Amino acid sequence: MKKETIGDSLSRVDGRLKVTGGAKYSGEYDLPGLTYGVLVPATIASGTITAIDSKAALRAPGVVAVITPFNAIKVPGYQPEASTRVKGLKLFNDNQVYFNGQPIALVVADTFERATNAVSLVKATYQAQPFETNFNKNIDKGVSPQNNKDYLRGEAYAYKNAPIKIEQEYTLPSEMHNPMELHVTTAFWTGDDNVTLYTKSQGVISSQRAIANAFQLDPKNVQINSRFVGGAFGSSLRTWPHEVAAVQAAKMLNRPVKLTLTREQMFTLVGYRPHTVQKVGIGATADGKIVGISHESHSQTAVYEEFTERSVNVSRFLYSSPNVNTVYKVVPLNVGVPAPMRGPGEATGSFALESALDELSYALNMDPIELRLKNYADVDEEKNLPWSSKYLKECYQKGADSIGWSNRKAKPGTNNDGEWLVGYGIGCGAFGAYRSRSLAKIKLMPNGTVNIQSATSDIGPGTGTSMVLIAADILKIPAEKIVFELGDSSFPVAPTQGGSATVSSVGSAVHDACVALRQKLNSLAGKPENNTDDIDYAKVLTQNNLPFLEITQESNANEEAKKYSMYSFSAHFAKVHVHPLTGVVKVKNVVAVVDAGKIVSYKTARSQMIGGAVGGIGMAMTEEAVFDDRFGRYVNGNFADYHVPVNADIPQIEAIFINKPDPIINPIGTKGIGEISLIGVAAAVANAVYNATGKRIRELPITPDKLI
Amino acid sequence: MSGKKPCIPAESEDLLHGNRRDFLKKTSFLTAMALTPGTVVKAAEEQWDEKIAGVFEKVSLHIDVNGVKHTLSVEPRVTLLDLLREQLKLTGTKKGCDRGQCGACTVHVNGVRVNSCLSLAVTNEGKKITTIEGLANGNELHPMQEAFIEHDGFQCGYCTSGQIMSAVACINEGHAGSEAEIREYMSGNICRCGAYPNIVNAIQAVKQGGQS
Ligand code: FES
Ligand code: FES
Repeated sequence: MKKETIGDSLSRVDGRLKVTGGAKYSGEYDLPGLTYGVLVPATIASGTITAIDSKAALRAPGVVAVITPFNAIKVPGYQPEASTRVKGLKLFNDNQVYFNGQPIALVVADTFERATNAVSLVKATYQAQPFETNFNKNIDKGVSPQNNKDYLRGEAYAYKNAPIKIEQEYTLPSEMHNPMELHVTTAFWTGDDNVTLYTKSQGVISSQRAIANAFQLDPKNVQINSRFVGGAFGSSLRTWPHEVAAVQAAKMLNRPVKLTLTREQMFTLVGYRPHTVQKVGIGATADGKIVGISHESHSQTAVYEEFTERSVNVSRFLYSSPNVNTVYKVVPLNVGVPAPMRGPGEATGSFALESALDELSYALNMDPIELRLKNYADVDEEKNLPWSSKYLKECYQKGADSIGWSNRKAKPGTNNDGEWLVGYGIGCGAFGAYRSRSLAKIKLMPNGTVNIQSATSDIGPGTGTSMVLIAADILKIPAEKIVFELGDSSFPVAPTQGGSATVSSVGSAVHDACVALRQKLNSLAGKPENNTDDIDYAKVLTQNNLPFLEITQESNANEEAKKYSMYSFSAHFAKVHVHPLTGVVKVKNVVAVVDAGKIVSYKTARSQMIGGAVGGIGMAMTEEAVFDDRFGRYVNGNFADYHVPVNADIPQIEAIFINKPDPIINPIGTKGIGEISLIGVAAAVANAVYNATGKRIRELPITPDKLI
Repeated sequence: MSGKKPCIPAESEDLLHGNRRDFLKKTSFLTAMALTPGTVVKAAEEQWDEKIAGVFEKVSLHIDVNGVKHTLSVEPRVTLLDLLREQLKLTGTKKGCDRGQCGACTVHVNGVRVNSCLSLAVTNEGKKITTIEGLANGNELHPMQEAFIEHDGFQCGYCTSGQIMSAVACINEGHAGSEAEIREYMSGNICRCGAYPNIVNAIQAVKQGGQS
């Protein structure tokens, strides 16, 4: 029987459930007495609600309740905050409106249709106040976030004195996560102090804590289930106010409430990658040695909560430079609060830095890869630490070979294929490799099968598949004998799925639990602890009269790691065709090369790389949430007007892994790929468009109108 | 279209021209009065007439879903998607937008792919619906389901039911002649996880296998 090992190409362990419709997502649990909640959005962007008339809605068939700030029970954990900057939104807690679309009431009815209809019958009156949603108009009101320090190494703005310099501004509009599954929470109470949620969550333990805090419950009495998550990309990293509202409604009505957002509400209530304007200055000697980088960023945030991300940080360490300074500011507007979106900050920052570097290469008349090699950072100059591992040079090489970089013409606009202009571009990225405390429980059954549990999530990367491969490798049994369970807060504690750290953290716990189990079995079998020869697990159990064997193992980051700087690195290459008359851009080929340490699950990792590249193509080419500043409302809050890439937009994408284990970060040597798969893609496409046309697009997305 | 007269209540002819709600309120109220006068009079005072009218606003529907015949009574505004998910508990068909913009809800109606969120349930009188739950032959997966697993044509799995139903139809329609054609005819199904190249590979594999 085949015994899989780490790095194998195993089909997803939950694949059968997903292709048969058997995978149950959070809105798909059938509960007796289930009610349907639909939120009523505010129609002003700032002010107070003076009254809500629910009479007509309550009279409509099937309506159970209309919950408003005027009749809602208090959420005990909603305490006044010391600072308005971190206040957060507390639904139905007071009559303040901070942004258009903010929920002002929740209609609960016996069917979805009846609840939806009754929403239109709720009439609110407001005392409106002036509001601001226009980013550019308010950019001067940018403030330094709390706990944020500007960065300086050497001399500030040193680039200005360099013989060759680039000084440009790069703009990214707000981009929506838009996972295919609508955010949904089903909540029901089973007593005064015990509540269960089926909710879309990237971290069931953090959701458990958040709900326990809000309702001042013992976390043990809060059960969170999120076994299947229909994508999230960061939108389910936190517990949103509407999730608390579903729990609140279930408590008031003493019935299960299923609250589902509409697609339009997904644009305002679950975060987004914020509109960001960045100024980058790079100066170099005539032979291409960088002497100074400065990177300044202004990002949109909400008036009721400050959101920050690391858009400028990449400029501090990606290239060697004696002088670097970064400035980061946020601009509070009457909008929903942003949230980390795949490759948060780094993807935004890398678009600016990697575009500027490309501009520098043309100013120097130097190949962009050569320029990167010339300024290769052999150590992390920000932290002043050695890298735990870094194979970015190999990424350049493999990517260049695969995309056919030698066919690139140095002079823009000189490469033709029929009526199309052809261009090649490169964009690089880095994302911290993290590892945090995680637990896993492993149980060996008398028939030799193994069950492993950990309260982690799978928003799509194939967590279970990776964990099964790790366990199969160490236990030396076929993958089909191993079941991995996740998405349940009663399982051993695991971190939230984010920051590309799941395999590093949870995988280490699974690794350690398997090693511990193996040692135990060796000793029960009378073998040396580290024996690696096959043993018959079922027989060992029988011989020792054991019904099963169970071990819970905790795994933590090692001390050694503090002596190193740990990152995953990527080099993305794009080949584009641009039609000069119409400005149509076709992405013909993308090669994504990553140094992410050891690749645990080849097939799913490859898919994750492809998925990240697709997200990056969306960022580069199509995605843009557009405000109507007269009302403070998005005009394109739907999939017809907000364009995510569709099948016809996407070429075959090649994923290449350096696949060399990192010696420091964890016992498996894996660094993480979720974010790195997207970081650098937008710059690669924009740089390819420049190479094709000689037109530098500094404001995403690259729509045809910008090219003609 | 089946050409059959849709099965709606007899009084519906009158209702087409006007005040359906008032008519229903009256008829249902009178019927109810005859049954249990006391309670309903009280109910009417509390404006329960609207609620009772709600009960009578349903329309009967005969529909075959995955080979199972159902006789149902549904509100006319219920979409085929919500009928499947919320009433028949067939949650394999997904809701991504409810506006015909994402394809997550794709099912086959009499063999043709349809966005079930754009189809009112009552317009499917007498029709045969196939959902993702009805695609496999017992335990034996449909070749497209096998191919999606083999080629990893999904990640989170939320768009997958719609992709597979669309993919099967794409081949049946004769729209899987080339990679470019597949991409074009599969562009009504959004995959935010970005599994598109793998989806195309899966469809090509099935196409080349000569079955769908
Ligand atoms: S849910 Fe029907 S097309 Fe999106
Ligand atoms: S698999 Fe997640 S949206 Fe397609």
